[in-house]
Amino acid sequence: MTETRDITLDVNGKRHALSVEPRKNLADALRDDCGLTGTHVGCEHGVCGACTVLVDGRAVRSCLMFAVQAEGTAIETVEGLASEDGELHPLQQAFWDKHGLQCGFCTPGFLMLAVGALRENPEMTDVEIRELVSSNLCRCTGYQNILTAVRAAADVMRAGTNG
Amino acid sequence: MKLIKANAADGRVIAGGQSLVAAMNFRLARPDVLIDLNGVKELDFIEETPGELVIGAMTRHAAFHKPVCDGPLGRLLSKVVPNIAHYPIRNRGTFGGSLCHADPASEWCVVAATLDATMKIGSAEGDREVPAADFFRGSFTTAVEPGEILVAIRLPKLDAGWGTGFYEYSRRKGDFALAMALTALRVEGGAISAARVGLGGVADHGKRMADLEAALVGKPATAETFAEVGKLASTLVSPYGDIHGSAEYRRDLTATVVARALAEAADEATA
Repeated sequence: MTETRDITLDVNGKRHALSVEPRKNLADALRDDCGLTGTHVGCEHGVCGACTVLVDGRAVRSCLMFAVQAEGTAIETVEGLASEDGELHPLQQAFWDKHGLQCGFCTPGFLMLAVGALRENPEMTDVEIRELVSSNLCRCTGYQNILTAVRAAADVMRAGTNG
Repeated sequence: MKLIKANAADGRVIAGGQSLVAAMNFRLARPDVLIDLNGVKELDFIEETPGELVIGAMTRHAAFHKPVCDGPLGRLLSKVVPNIAHYPIRNRGTFGGSLCHADPASEWCVVAATLDATMKIGSAEGDREVPAADFFRGSFTTAVEPGEILVAIRLPKLDAGWGTGFYEYSRRKGDFALAMALTALRVEGGAISAARVGLGGVADHGKRMADLEAALVGKPATAETFAEVGKLASTLVSPYGDIHGSAEYRRDLTATVVARALAEAADEATA
């Protein structure tokens, strides 16, 4: 199928007018058509979570939905986390401070996963964070530093800075 | 509904897409036409009547993270839901999509089968209702015909006397279950007066197990009874073996998950 559909995606508050095949998944549209390559594509079947983004505030796999399905929603990607002046989001800062990444391939997915979950429940317990982090795959860190980073960021965010 | 009828031959309905899109990405599924239900807000609802919980087919799994109604049924659904895949999948996947996909390891299929849910199926011609016992036809096969969709699921409520249990085992958290058991018990004077037992992951689809229920009623609500009924359960299933576990291992697991889910239900019923 080569026919395309004209759609507008709202990504990190900016509107992107695209012409995409209906079959194109959201992750590919974000990367190829919006030029936002922070969202990574790993397994392409919902297991690894590298492509996790927020759609209307909820963390979802962008490889398991089509770009045309995202029209009319508010999409947030890793590019939208830091403020305009370059100040990192508390989660980004915590991943840096606590060594929550090594190669960095999985990191955008983990960040968006945690942003979405902490927005829904800012009071997450360590057990809940452990369960949450099991949603995504990381082959470098052994997860321990990711858990530490999410815990630290949750505490900072609850203390009332941004996020 | 007209669109669905017109594309009955080569079209597929897409709900949350958490199984279908993965299958399409593998090129295992190549539908010519996809009809997206995500824009149909009328299918995303939870309604409570005096005797039932009515769940719209497009209700996301995540809606059940907190109890959706008072009493044992609301608690049971929120006990079951964390076992479904992972958080981002539960944000998008739907209750009705899970029933229509009818994976042998689907948690919601076990819930529907064990609690005798009624499925409301719609088409351009109108609606019809199918009880769970006739809905599941086999692995990945249901009573929903081409040109039809699942509209809503009616789950009978459990009144306050019931205690419920759910136990599932998978090699890694969030993986497909190797075995799971859902139980509900009423206990009077230390003896079981009514029982519901369902199994998943060990047969072609989630099943209510009437023989196990009959074996429980009248027995004392003790660990010995639960172990005995668990053992009976392991003789009634014929699981397949695969890379994740042999058939024999799954039969052993069946005994364990049944006994643990029964103990949980008894604790709740007598609390």
